[in-house]
Amino acid sequence: MSEIAVPVGGKALNGPGKVLFGLTLLGIVLMIWRFAVGLGPSTGLSDGYPWGIWIAFDVVTGTALACGGYAMALLVYVMNRGKYHPLVRPAILTSALGYSIAALAIVVDVGRPWFIWRIPLSVDKWNHASALLEVALCVMAYVVVLWIEMSPAFIEKWKTQDTSLGNAARNVSGALDKALLWIIALGILLPTMHQSSLGTVIMLAGPRLHPLWHTAWLPLLFLLSCIAMGYAVVVMESTLASRGFGRAKEDKMLASLGGVIAYVLLAYVVLRIVDIVIHGKLGLVFQFDLYSWMFLLEMVLFLAPAFYLLAGRGKTRIGGMFRAALAIILAGSLYRFDAYLVAFNPGKGWSYFPSIPEMFITIGLVAAEILLYIVLVRRFPILGGAPKPLTATRRK
Amino acid sequence: MALDPDLGAPVSRRDFIRIISMAAASVGLSSSAALRMAEAASKGLKPSVIWLHFQECTGCTESLLRSAHPDIATLILDLISLDYHETLSAAAGHQAEASLHEAMEANKGKYVCIVEGAIPTKDNGIYCQVGGRTAVDILNDVAASAGAIIAIGSCASFGGIPAADPNPTGATGAPMILEGKTVVTLPGCPANPYNLLGTVLQFVTMGTLPALDEKGRPKFAYGRVIHEDCPRRPHFDAGRFALQFGDEGHRQGYCLYRLGCKGPQTHANCSIQHFGEVPGAWPIGIGHPCVGCTEQSLAFRAPIHSTAQIERPTPPDTYPPIAADHGGVSPVVTGVGGLIGGALVGAGYMASRKLDAESTPEKEA
Repeated sequence: MSEIAVPVGGKALNGPGKVLFGLTLLGIVLMIWRFAVGLGPSTGLSDGYPWGIWIAFDVVTGTALACGGYAMALLVYVMNRGKYHPLVRPAILTSALGYSIAALAIVVDVGRPWFIWRIPLSVDKWNHASALLEVALCVMAYVVVLWIEMSPAFIEKWKTQDTSLGNAARNVSGALDKALLWIIALGILLPTMHQSSLGTVIMLAGPRLHPLWHTAWLPLLFLLSCIAMGYAVVVMESTLASRGFGRAKEDKMLASLGGVIAYVLLAYVVLRIVDIVIHGKLGLVFQFDLYSWMFLLEMVLFLAPAFYLLAGRGKTRIGGMFRAALAIILAGSLYRFDAYLVAFNPGKGWSYFPSIPEMFITIGLVAAEILLYIVLVRRFPILGGAPKPLTATRRK
Repeated sequence: MALDPDLGAPVSRRDFIRIISMAAASVGLSSSAALRMAEAASKGLKPSVIWLHFQECTGCTESLLRSAHPDIATLILDLISLDYHETLSAAAGHQAEASLHEAMEANKGKYVCIVEGAIPTKDNGIYCQVGGRTAVDILNDVAASAGAIIAIGSCASFGGIPAADPNPTGATGAPMILEGKTVVTLPGCPANPYNLLGTVLQFVTMGTLPALDEKGRPKFAYGRVIHEDCPRRPHFDAGRFALQFGDEGHRQGYCLYRLGCKGPQTHANCSIQHFGEVPGAWPIGIGHPCVGCTEQSLAFRAPIHSTAQIERPTPPDTYPPIAADHGGVSPVVTGVGGLIGGALVGAGYMASRKLDAESTPEKEA
């Protein structure tokens, strides 16, 4: 099938854009400060909690939120639901931005970032049993894959230019068309690997993780919840973009997507509860301590949108759909925060809460992500539903 | 049946196997290896051992005398046939020399030659002579028809103290004199007697030598650096160091790295195989940094209190504080965090309300 994607156009920095730009600048200044003074003074991290929100939010939650591209690719290319194709390219853009920001967050978070280049190159020193190595390599590869998946949008624009960039774009585009099938396949394989490995990483924490979260099924639970979060982000992004940029609404498409999301959510909840029941951990749910409340809150946030979406199948209620997407994002984020920070107890006496600079670096990174999204959709053919068709995309 | 030299009563088979099992276990051999050792020894296959002393302090022998599993009497009376040893020999003078030659003739190609002490080479080796012969001559002579050659202690392994600068006698180790021959080296000042027992018993029982590293040291004892198994290692990892002898950290048993401990560079099993039958009796155990006595590049060369090089992992540029920061939660940050989170969720909800208002006519249509 083919659909039309054209640049939105307009000024790159309008009112909200300027606010985002300010937050980004603040984030950059704080990042420079973090590298100048080191992790100790700039963060709330300690030997007990060597990772904080930069990992729990920017990497573990951020890449799950950036799974829109993965979730849509699963639906469109693996399940062969071509009707959702207009949602793919903007979803890939949010993924590419989300993963790039996550990669940057890792550089900010690790103690010796100047050695990061050794991870992909020091093949002889790889620990083949390391889940963290798998995540590192996979995320690095996936960032590259995502930008290649995104490149047709850039090439379509540059091809029409009579410059050296235009010539280069024309030369590349043939080869890219042939390679894209394999790139898309990789783009489905890689997130399947590392999103589940993010569950493996925290599974290896063993008894330091509260039993309500610790299970051998963590990889599967992480994978299922990231797919649901990816869909939810596609819903939010499409809703906001169609309003913000005056494009045709994709609400009907999103509403039918709701059914898919509901089943993924239910599958996640069923697995979670079955695990707790068969391993005799049900009593822990009703202890009504911090952990049981957190668990119950997660369950509510997962189940409420699932039932809402199931009950409202076939109807287009975009406000409710948006709230459901918000709840799914909160649910998935809370699950990841709980697994990586709240339910993780490194031992007596350790505590962690992000410092203000930590929070504002994260906010700066997210602001940069949204800002880049706005700038790119204004300049390059990414969003569908244009008022007047101009060019056809090359993607089949 | 063997005679227990202390009680004068026969040693039972059970006691005998127990003694050998302990010897085997102490050097990391399996219990089945211990059984085979016991069988070989009880069949009377006691190997002839010729022990040569050159430039040394006899500390390695002294250390061996204080081993109890098996004790020295069991060792030299039941397990091996110690045919020549200048410290333990009852004979003297020509008589002792005669027993050396007899043992060499009788067990040609089978006896174990143990060398203790460095060998002087300067001025034709005249600085160490026994019975009118130089150490170089004796060593070449005895080693020529030995079944196995073991250099015990740092002096015999690479020169040790006699070879320390300015090395007036041109002292060197047995492997340097016996080039081309396999010499098992057991460096240490003194060498741990159990590493010798394990090596000798393996040769006696199975006729083989343990796997050796490129310096001839058995891997079972010298395969890891002291740092890897050091009981003070958690202090190193946590950044807790003694900075002066007798300071608070030193009295608390903190890591001795900054006092010059060479544990990270020294290959030996001292940290798991202590000395003199006393648990904790080894340099680091009693509060002194390791001096690296098993390493040719360190022992009697590197200053005792100079900081060791750590190849892997590299030492940090700065050392973490003794009291680790456990982190904390202040009301201000939680407040700011709550505001940010609340603002985001609130903004999301308000956006959805706006969408409700917009889609109401659509729904009806």
